[in-house]
Amino acid sequence: MGAGHGHVLYRESDSPVHRLPPEVKIAAMVVFTIAVVATPRTAFWAFGGYALLVAAVAALARVGPRWLLSRALIEVPFVVFAVALPFLGSGDRVEVLGLRLSEDGLHGAWNILAKGTLGVLASLLLAATTTTRDLIVGLDRLHCPQVLTQIATFMLRYLDVLVGEARRMRVARISRGDDPRFLWQLRGFAAGIGALFLRAFERGERVYLAMLSRGYTGRMPAGWQGEGAASAGQWLVAATVPVLAATIAVTSVVLS
Amino acid sequence: METLAMHISNGIIDGPVAAIFAALALVALTGCVLRGRRDLDDRLAPMAGLVAAFIFAVQMLNFPIFTAGVSGHLLGGALAAMLVGPWVGALCVAVVLVVQALIFGDGGVAMLGLNITNMALLGTAAAYLLIALLLRVLPRTPAGLAVTAFVAAMLSVVVASQGFVLQYWLGGTTDLGGNLAGLAGTMAGVHLLIGIGEGLITATTVLTVAKVRPDLVYALRSLRTPIAPAVPVAGGVR
Repeated sequence: MGAGHGHVLYRESDSPVHRLPPEVKIAAMVVFTIAVVATPRTAFWAFGGYALLVAAVAALARVGPRWLLSRALIEVPFVVFAVALPFLGSGDRVEVLGLRLSEDGLHGAWNILAKGTLGVLASLLLAATTTTRDLIVGLDRLHCPQVLTQIATFMLRYLDVLVGEARRMRVARISRGDDPRFLWQLRGFAAGIGALFLRAFERGERVYLAMLSRGYTGRMPAGWQGEGAASAGQWLVAATVPVLAATIAVTSVVLS
Repeated sequence: METLAMHISNGIIDGPVAAIFAALALVALTGCVLRGRRDLDDRLAPMAGLVAAFIFAVQMLNFPIFTAGVSGHLLGGALAAMLVGPWVGALCVAVVLVVQALIFGDGGVAMLGLNITNMALLGTAAAYLLIALLLRVLPRTPAGLAVTAFVAAMLSVVVASQGFVLQYWLGGTTDLGGNLAGLAGTMAGVHLLIGIGEGLITATTVLTVAKVRPDLVYALRSLRTPIAPAVPVAGGVR
């Protein structure tokens, strides 16, 4: 499920959802997902309710259904699997999956499809309304250990360094007469991967030393954290979605 | 099944089992944070970030195997263990998984505990144990190092895939009809192939780094008594 891992998912906008502090959005998204997963799979109405919640948040965030659904395609490999689950009768892997009980297979497919899709949509909404920088600020405010936020900060920063170095090395190869078409590229890629790592490290190390010499102590400056931390009101506003989802989940558990 | 293999998505494993593994992952990661904090010095901090970025990028390469529906990807646990040590290494892989789950929907958020257990904990631990063992047994030559990296990477992928089999046995949402051995075999076979790719990438990368900047390879630090003072951190341009 690899498509689009650069942060191309962020949608610049000034919607109410965009303005919410990141820690609130992360917490809401996690609680929502847990509520979805805890729902019994035969409570079909509950998943309809979740879908309505997702649609409402998407509308508030001004994220169009077309954008959302086309990005949700990263899910396709396991949608294929889920659809195949109840139908494919032959092939050893499917036999392994125990399709003697086709009803169970159908329920299993539905389970994966519904919960997986809702989970992907929820995280897409988070991605569309939160920059990666804000994501780390949010994790920091949620008291994620500093070692982890530090690694995450560098990871996101160095991704660009890595991509930039890879592009430079590719241009260098082409300008020396290499012919990087797909299969031919593999050999050059394999030979260059170690060099790429080293070059990216040395650039990254310089970035890090520059940060140190400007007073970096392992945490981003206080101005980052101090301003814009979520108020009680914002927590309450954002809590509506997970609270509704949790209510649906509890009701469905009680009913089933 | 293998489509979901490494990044388990929501709804594959039932709630209670996911919760148990989430607790397990939390405890183990806390341990890693405590130990990792000591390791994370000026040289390791940028390296940890780069290793995480590298793993992030490399996990985007999905290997289609047999059919379009079956694929897997590289893990990077062995690379992390080799370059930044087991504690920080596990943290690096965990960070990659958390970011992927939060903003890319790759692997369900509710299944994060399972994914972290398999890839960050099992994968890295298996890799580091193998590295520690092989570096002592094999000759201390570039070839020995390459073989160590290759074998550790390959086997750690297989170990991580068996973690999924265990979890599916405990709480899979679709009945396997008791044929768990079949699942284990398929998973092991597929991931052995992925492991070869992973092993080659890990070995090339580690070998290059070890040749030019041996001070950066965590796994070599404990073995070689530093005769010369370590290379100054500021050494950048060559």
